Amino acid sequence: MPDGEMNPRAALDPRVNTPGREGLTGTAPASRYSAIRDAEQISIPPDFRPADAQPAWRGDFPIDWPQDQYVERRDFMKFMVLTSFAFVVGQCWVAFESWWRARRAPAVGQRIASVDDLAIGAAIVFDYPAPHDNCVLVRVTAQEFVAYSQKCTHLSCAVIPRPEQGILHCPCHEGVFDLRSGRVLAGPPPRPLPRIALDIRGRDIFATGVESRTS
Amino acid sequence: MALRRPFTRDQRMTVILGMLAFVVMLVLLQLWLLTATMNAYLGGDDSVVWPAAGASAFCFLLNVGLLRYLSRLERPTRESG
Repeated sequence: MPDGEMNPRAALDPRVNTPGREGLTGTAPASRYSAIRDAEQISIPPDFRPADAQPAWRGDFPIDWPQDQYVERRDFMKFMVLTSFAFVVGQCWVAFESWWRARRAPAVGQRIASVDDLAIGAAIVFDYPAPHDNCVLVRVTAQEFVAYSQKCTHLSCAVIPRPEQGILHCPCHEGVFDLRSGRVLAGPPPRPLPRIALDIRGRDIFATGVESRTS
Repeated sequence: MALRRPFTRDQRMTVILGMLAFVVMLVLLQLWLLTATMNAYLGGDDSVVWPAAGASAFCFLLNVGLLRYLSRLERPTRESG
């Protein structure tokens, strides 16, 4: 700047470029704008020793362990909330299935066999109510017939009637059901076998419904 | 003007541990609800299906609320000074 000319910036604020205010507009000292050392931005090594006592490589990989642990827990919490949502979806699916089951038409009667087809202690397998729903009909006494779904309530293996022992046996995991009631006598099955309602008309045996039970 | 968080990192760690304990309990409750509901449904008992679904949804909303609170906890707030 030639001598004799007035500095326009100095005219505006004569304090600009004075020591401590370099480059500023003169409204605050330079120290006011120095970098702030936030305690939460300081990397803490896992052994909590000071930075001078750390190996040299840690300076190249400054992992902030408390922050790392915090982020881990936050991510785990997000995962748990996602799991919670999955459970709600599962509940809604069960509710939808329940609604759909209630809408379906009730099972109609279906002839299974003739009384004369079964000797006492004999059993036959039939499908009811759908073609692939296997059931078993057992003649316990001359006048008493029982029928159950053949799917074990544990993992859906086929149960085998043993009328001489008064049980139905699941060979997969040694589940045992009472022949007369279908209730669980032993093993892992959580529920009794679904009972098939029977109706004997003349000499014919009809299945008229499925009765699921929780206990 | 400075950016500050309402809690320090140590305080937030304590808060998130407490919230995690609560969330885990709620998720375990949901697991039990689903198991019991499935057992009842397969046993032909449909009466508990909808109340259990409502209870599970309520637990989920509580979890979402806690998660939102956590994100709000981490959001910096402006303070003069």
